[in-house]
Amino acid sequence: MAKFADHNETFSLAGLQQGTFSSVEWVTDLLQRIERSDKTINAYISTDGEWALEQAKAADQRRASGEAGPLCGAPIGVKDVLNVQGQPCHCASRILEGYTSPYDATAVSRLRDQGAVLLGRLNMDEFAMGSTNENSAFGAVRNPWNPDFVPGGSSGGSAAAVAAGSAWAALGTDTGGSIRQPASFCGRVGLKPSYGRVSRFGLTAFASSLDQIGPITQTVSDAATLLTALAGHDAKDSTSLKQAVPDYSSALKGDLRGMRLGLPKQYFIEGMDQEVEAAVRQATEQCRELGAELVEVSLPHTEYAIATYYIIATAEASANLARFDGVRYGAREAGSDPLDQYGKTRAAFFGPEVKRRIILGTYVLSSGYHDAYYLRAQQVRTLIRRDFEDAFKQCDALLTPVAPTTAYRIGERTADPIQMYLGDIFTVTANLAGICGLSVPCGFSSADLPIGLQILGPAFGEETILRVGHAYEQSTDWHVRRPPLWAGTAS
Amino acid sequence: MSDAFKVSIGLETHVQLDTRSKIWCGCANVFGSEPNTDVCPVCLGYPGTMPVLNREAVRLTVMAGLMLGCEINRYSKFDRKSYFYPDMPKNYQISQYDLPLCLGGGVEIMVDGQPKNIRLNRIHLEEDVAKNNHFEGFSGVDFNRAGTPLMEIVSEPDLSSAEEAFAYLQALKQMLVYGGISECNLEQGNMRCDINCSVRPAAQEQLGTKTEIKNMNTFKGVLRSLTYEIKRQIDVVSSGGRVVQETRRWDDEAGVTRSMRSKEDAHDYRYFPEPDLMPVVLSEQEIEGWRASLPEMPTTRRQRFVDEYGLPDYDAGVLVADKAVADFFEAVARDAGNPKAASNWMMTEMLRVLSADDLEIADIKVTPAALAVLIRLVDEKAINNTGAKEVFAELVANGGDPKAIVEAKGLAQVSDTGALNTWVEEAIAAHPNVVDDYRGGKRAALQFLMGQVMRASQGKANPPMVLQALRDKLDS
Repeated sequence: MAKFADHNETFSLAGLQQGTFSSVEWVTDLLQRIERSDKTINAYISTDGEWALEQAKAADQRRASGEAGPLCGAPIGVKDVLNVQGQPCHCASRILEGYTSPYDATAVSRLRDQGAVLLGRLNMDEFAMGSTNENSAFGAVRNPWNPDFVPGGSSGGSAAAVAAGSAWAALGTDTGGSIRQPASFCGRVGLKPSYGRVSRFGLTAFASSLDQIGPITQTVSDAATLLTALAGHDAKDSTSLKQAVPDYSSALKGDLRGMRLGLPKQYFIEGMDQEVEAAVRQATEQCRELGAELVEVSLPHTEYAIATYYIIATAEASANLARFDGVRYGAREAGSDPLDQYGKTRAAFFGPEVKRRIILGTYVLSSGYHDAYYLRAQQVRTLIRRDFEDAFKQCDALLTPVAPTTAYRIGERTADPIQMYLGDIFTVTANLAGICGLSVPCGFSSADLPIGLQILGPAFGEETILRVGHAYEQSTDWHVRRPPLWAGTAS
Repeated sequence: MSDAFKVSIGLETHVQLDTRSKIWCGCANVFGSEPNTDVCPVCLGYPGTMPVLNREAVRLTVMAGLMLGCEINRYSKFDRKSYFYPDMPKNYQISQYDLPLCLGGGVEIMVDGQPKNIRLNRIHLEEDVAKNNHFEGFSGVDFNRAGTPLMEIVSEPDLSSAEEAFAYLQALKQMLVYGGISECNLEQGNMRCDINCSVRPAAQEQLGTKTEIKNMNTFKGVLRSLTYEIKRQIDVVSSGGRVVQETRRWDDEAGVTRSMRSKEDAHDYRYFPEPDLMPVVLSEQEIEGWRASLPEMPTTRRQRFVDEYGLPDYDAGVLVADKAVADFFEAVARDAGNPKAASNWMMTEMLRVLSADDLEIADIKVTPAALAVLIRLVDEKAINNTGAKEVFAELVANGGDPKAIVEAKGLAQVSDTGALNTWVEEAIAAHPNVVDDYRGGKRAALQFLMGQVMRASQGKANPPMVLQALRDKLDS
């Protein structure tokens, strides 16, 4: 397997596209890597090796017949919240035990149409609720850079698998930072597209007005390739927009001359990790050297974002998760009548964080509190959106940290949900405003944990943030560093 | 009912819309399939599925709104209404809360021969839920109905008796059927309603405490339950008690309403805007296009029947009451080219058959084309009325082609003068006394001779020709 030795360095689709190796060879190797690395990081809930090899074989045949696109044969992991026909979709919850998806999510079918190979189902926080991937019925995921630390969440399995080299790329979902934050904690690239850019059909909803599907990848270029395949209107999702899909890869050119990049002052705050701030400041300087003009901007309603987010997200979640009642699918606990059965089923099979958010969401929508919480939160959401509209009049994109800290130690924040929620401060705003955001690696802490730079762009401004991210990434080498657990072997 | 009390009734009427597919998915919107066969991941509420609005459901709701004189909201939206129940695939119902498609409007009913307008509050669009079936020892849920487009018509409490409520539902049904909005088939649950009812002393301005009777699915049930409930409330108030605000259930067998749950147990529906659907924005052009396509309403059609076909107003009213009957009549009238005869057949024979066997006109074996042919056979004197009735009876029993029936039963009218003259001469020869009576001025004697000839011909002789032949012989 000499050819994989080289491949190990780049871990790119190039070898596949140039015929250096086949998809079957790559997938065979990956299945072994997953087995090795998952003993430590627990990134996958399940794999279907036989099916993965079947897909790889079909992809190789397709490539041989000359009809292959860039993703043909590309091995991809899928977050457990996305439906893939014939596969389980637990959403990392016991309540979906025994459920088999009867259909493909649109994002999944678009990848399959291109010949991508689905390796398996990636671990996550239960129903995408969490920032550490400790809230999983299938056990916590660990950070490939140091297994004593969390990979971030909720797409922790996706980020850990890509960081450990047990998938070429992965699909994640981002409701308040769930792609960008784990990508940052694991030193990889994470892209949250604008609301409406990628169809949500088949994504088991957490908060419907905030959720987006996006890729976690080795490089910005891979993210662009995947977004080109994923994006576009879908008749099955009325909130997906009928806007033309550019070839995002062709946006990855040039330096940053002529671009104005904004630094929102509310995103460089007292109490944030000094090493994080230093690394992000350093990254912004790098962007200046690449030709960008840096301007300070203000997003004055940022301080209300966490409260606003946790009201809207939990309100929507309380309705979205109501369907898990044991009547039609999933686990069921018998009861004396239907309502008793619902109560027992939901009490037995939902985890504590999910219950906490359902109760919170039910409360903020309840009669007498609806106006004070839910309605007020919607009004603040409008203000936050306007903050960004104003900011993007002054600049093309914003540069911020992804999170105020590097990855937490396992168990460090589980006792204090409020502290955990506050860690989402720099990411939830993009979801509230519906804009796009990219996380790219920009350094390491003294404890050798990755730090991420967040690039925020206006709604449907993916080309801009990908261009900035690519230019920055190519001028650094953070993205080619490999964690100690790369390919499942501690080195 | 006592004049000492005023009654206020408001109805929330749910009407299933006559669309081909369901409101959020492509599943067929039909009645009577095997349980859980017209279903898909969307209408079963599977994880990750999303609703996509069926625009035809919007059009039909707006058409209903235009027919009922509502104001149409140019900007409307959907909301989630949360409650747990086994007939709910998602445990929330997608409905419309504060921005329904239609506002205001009214339904005209007749009370003691005078028109009375029952104001509407709103019409909104939502999804129907599944149907729970209870068996010995277990229950099942049939999701075929889940996701059927359902329009809710909310009236103001303008109805003041059980009879008015009954008349309101009939008027509503008539219009909705005319508009092609719904078949309003009650047996299939196309039309169901919740009743809000209160009583108060006649002198009191403010409405009394109301009760709600849920899920009525027959008009007769509405009439009976309201008659009971009004009396119950009056009895409570008259004996110094207070009506409790609560939800009640109609027990049809016992003929009483029973308490289901009090106001304290009422659901908190926790409405919020449905994030999976975009708001419904209607253009002026779209609404005007729909307005222009509104079908003819019963009152207009009645007048047209009078003007166009020369029918008496009463007959026109009877015929338009049921759209299917009116359509049948028009088809016969045009085909036969004889509206008067068509009306006569409808008013007498057809309606008699329908009411005798409690049938809908669609159930009957007589087609408009067949009845038209029958009318033409009479007009062309190919058969006489006696024969025509026999043909009609055969059409009702077995259907078929009137000409073939005439042939098979040998009912063709005899107009051959040779045969007629023979029967006429025989009748005159056999009854000289009668002939003398006639010649003596007794005109009725002619009818007797006429009857003799018809009997000799076994009913097939052409009556006007027989009469003419008799006169020719007797008067000469």
